[in-house]
Amino acid sequence: MKKRSLILLIGAALILAFSATGLWAEEKAAPAAEGGEYHVGCIFAITGKASWLGEPERNTAEMVAKEINDAGGINGKKLVLHIEDDQGDNTQAVNAVNKLIKKDKVCAIIGPSTSGTSMAVVPIAQEAQIPLISCAGAAVIVEPVAERKWIFKVPQKDSDCVRRIYDHMTSKGIKDIGIITTTSGFGGAGRDQLKKIAEEYAIKIVADETYDPTATDMTAQLVKIKNAGAQAVVNWSIEPAQSIVPQNMKQLKMTIPLYQSHGFGNIKYAQAAGDAGEGIIFPAGRLLAVDTVSDDDPQKKVLVSYRDKYEKTYSDKVSTFGGHAYDALWILANALKKVGDDPAKLRDEIEKTEFVGTAGVFKFSPADHCGLDKTAFEMLTVKDGKFVVLKE
Amino acid sequence: MDQPAHILSDILQFIFMGLQRGSIYALAAMGFNMIYNATGIINFAQGEFVVLGGLMMVTLSTALSLSIPVAFVLTTLFVTVVGICMERFTINPVKHPTVLRLIIITIAVSIIIKGAAMCLWGKNSHFMRHFSSSETWEIYGATILPQTIWIIGILLCIVAGYIFFFNYTMTGKCMRACAINRDAARLAGINDRKMVMLSFALSAGIGAIAGIIITPIIQMDYTRGALLGIKGFGAAVLGGLGNSMGAVIAGILIGILEAMAAGYVSSHYMDAIALIILLAVLFVKPSGIFGSAEAMRLKEF
Amino acid sequence: MKQKDYIGIAALTTLIIIVPYLVTNDYYLGVLIFTALNCLACIGLCLLMGYAGQISIGHGAFIAIGAYASAILTTKLGWSPWAAMGFGVVTVIFVAFFVGIPTLRLKGHYLAMATLGFASIVHIVSVAAVGFTGGPSGIMNIPRLSIFGFQLNSDVKFFYFSWAIVIAGLYLAVNLIYSRVGRGLKAIHGSQDAASSLGVNITVYKIKIFVLSAIYASISGSLYAHYVLYIDPGPFDVMHSVLLVTMVAVGGIHNIWGALTGAILLSLLPEFLSFLSDYLQGFGIRYKTDYDTLVYGAILLLIMLFLPEGLFDGLYRSIKAVFNLKNRLMKGRSQGAV
Repeated sequence: MKKRSLILLIGAALILAFSATGLWAEEKAAPAAEGGEYHVGCIFAITGKASWLGEPERNTAEMVAKEINDAGGINGKKLVLHIEDDQGDNTQAVNAVNKLIKKDKVCAIIGPSTSGTSMAVVPIAQEAQIPLISCAGAAVIVEPVAERKWIFKVPQKDSDCVRRIYDHMTSKGIKDIGIITTTSGFGGAGRDQLKKIAEEYAIKIVADETYDPTATDMTAQLVKIKNAGAQAVVNWSIEPAQSIVPQNMKQLKMTIPLYQSHGFGNIKYAQAAGDAGEGIIFPAGRLLAVDTVSDDDPQKKVLVSYRDKYEKTYSDKVSTFGGHAYDALWILANALKKVGDDPAKLRDEIEKTEFVGTAGVFKFSPADHCGLDKTAFEMLTVKDGKFVVLKE
Repeated sequence: MDQPAHILSDILQFIFMGLQRGSIYALAAMGFNMIYNATGIINFAQGEFVVLGGLMMVTLSTALSLSIPVAFVLTTLFVTVVGICMERFTINPVKHPTVLRLIIITIAVSIIIKGAAMCLWGKNSHFMRHFSSSETWEIYGATILPQTIWIIGILLCIVAGYIFFFNYTMTGKCMRACAINRDAARLAGINDRKMVMLSFALSAGIGAIAGIIITPIIQMDYTRGALLGIKGFGAAVLGGLGNSMGAVIAGILIGILEAMAAGYVSSHYMDAIALIILLAVLFVKPSGIFGSAEAMRLKEF
Repeated sequence: MKQKDYIGIAALTTLIIIVPYLVTNDYYLGVLIFTALNCLACIGLCLLMGYAGQISIGHGAFIAIGAYASAILTTKLGWSPWAAMGFGVVTVIFVAFFVGIPTLRLKGHYLAMATLGFASIVHIVSVAAVGFTGGPSGIMNIPRLSIFGFQLNSDVKFFYFSWAIVIAGLYLAVNLIYSRVGRGLKAIHGSQDAASSLGVNITVYKIKIFVLSAIYASISGSLYAHYVLYIDPGPFDVMHSVLLVTMVAVGGIHNIWGALTGAILLSLLPEFLSFLSDYLQGFGIRYKTDYDTLVYGAILLLIMLFLPEGLFDGLYRSIKAVFNLKNRLMKGRSQGAV
């Protein structure tokens, strides 16, 4: 007994000593923006509830960085990525941004993956004056632009996504809809847009239900939507709920169409939903339907090359989310090439960027930090477990 | 809910939903009781057994594509072994147990199981197909999944097995003897240490089954243990701690109340219902609705 | 207060003054600030667990109430951070009082489960009450603290401030332990029946100490909100309450210095592990931050199995053991020579 406690104690003492030396050693090793390297921070939800967003983003960022460095880097300097995993958790994202800025002294940040985490870190990037290119969907991340000087985003806006959904509903004669959204950042912002834009289209929201990001059973909410006599359901989330809502609808024998947001752009969500996922309609970037894009489309070349490279490197299906990391890193790399790693110059340069990416043809301006409009979307559906372009 | 036709079918729908959830709480509560009766310990890792069962089942049935019955048996065995290891390596060696120390030990085990589950299965939600078809049946306008029938059926089987085991087998009677008076049981020649181990094994097994049958419906991830555990404890307390039949009824009751709350109040506060019931019972009548206050006073606390 | 406590506080103060000269990176100072916040909560929890013998797996809830009071009042109603912090403390006093009265009647496992249930309810409400707490999106743009117009706008300033509060809290707690209240508490811990027969009003003592420990947690939460400037329900979940219990138990339940040691060690552990992972990578072993939870659990289990009184007490005993061993060896050798 005494011997054991002695061993434990020595262990504890070692931990303390190591911690102290750890603080010291890393202190000295901290990169002081060395001449030969560009330090860029990345924050993705690599694990956790939103891992189907963050994982392809991380993979893509590593793939692009390798490609750049293999080709001799940027202006002869190596591109160093500091990749952090926020687990889709807002507080983790805040800590990660602080770490990237204070410890790793990065010149710009790519990510976070979700709207909630992006909104949480906006004030930090603004205050530290470090350009941040978010990979999340909500338009409020970059609006109003006056308060978002240092913030950009590469995915299509949720407001445009709502417009595409409402366009489609109008063409089908759907007037009364039920909406079901998560209370997380993306869902909350989506709910606001759904309600605001409904007036423009004279669409009536007959049921407005919400659920927690961790919820696993949406039966109760769907019963209310069913009873309200909705002609269609719109679900807005990035969590696994995207696969549970269709299952619950099937369970309740609800046959009305289900629309989802562009957060559905990873085939894994459809796989998790199984049979129930068939027929879901959602707007997404052209990346998921590369083969149907005509050859003279300006995006065709970049879409094909990214898809082929990603699927070859990781033997995994391409998703729109990985595409966002691709766009963000190339936009940043181009800016680095022109003006170097001064954050202020980088910001000014990104604001002038025009770029053909996977999500669409970007045209940033001082008034638009997203640079995409609703034509960047294509309406897709799930058929036989695959994403196909909706033909109607 | 403006049309009266919906009212009945809605209530029925929520009752089905409640039965589904309640069965899981009932099984978790039985697990709590099993260990409590044998040792007087509340096992804070009970919820983790449920998670472990669900995750292992997903792996065996999906990744290794074993048939459901084979995967079911293997998963239950696996978690039972985990339960036995827990008792052998963490509870048995403690020579001078105090309540505080035992609580913290079971908490430590729950952290370890949770951490291991996170490392092994990752932080994603895991999904698997239903046992049989996922086509629902319609009853008076409400719909019920075949999986719900499976859940209720398995719960009933376990309850029947439980009654048989504790009333008609020697080992079961020995365990009951230990629960009533450990010293007297030992004097009568019962190996009480072995009974404690057996109680952990059975409780882990029951937890695993709860996890297995619910996973097709709710998707499983490593974080669910704590909440499942505390709701199961709520059911155990409501039914009178140590009274397993009370626990089953209480578990179903909590499940139905939760479903009703989700349907008629707010689904956001659904999870709080079981906890509020737990606190209310603890504050007002800690012996539970089916337990006697007399017996309560005699228990070690 | 005893002499060794004075020495301890003096040593800690000296250490705190020196640290920012050694650790100049803001990130690591941030880690030490989080350490201070954990220490504060653990001192309170140790008073409850070690001296009143009551377990609480619900202190994360009091931290959350403090943090949300500060965040909501300063951002939505424009209160001054100090007023908001005070309001947080008052709220926590009320909540702890009303939760404490029925809860502290319970013992052992029931008490643990009741506090755990309470913590879960607070967490569920913080997620669900979107209009009030911001729900999962949380609350942004929380103002910084300032003292007499002197803004705590750098990590060094906040470091000194947070540790000053820890030392003040420690001083208070140590004084309490040696007061009449402290002796009463010790008596409760020993035997409730004996204590009450000697005229110690158990219920009043227990509730007082529960409220006091909740105040420590509340202040820690308010400071958290004003340091990170952003809060969401994430960090205040049940796991955080469990982590606080772990810190106190690892350091030593029955000794306030032990709790402090535990809080410091476990707060620094993730940094140490990430440092170790760089080191291990050289040998081809990949350590992931995912393993952290596992390491916490293993440490807690080992301590509970082999050193139930915690590291601090174990240190004392093993020093004694070493001396005994040495004496025995010496004796053995001299006997052998003869």
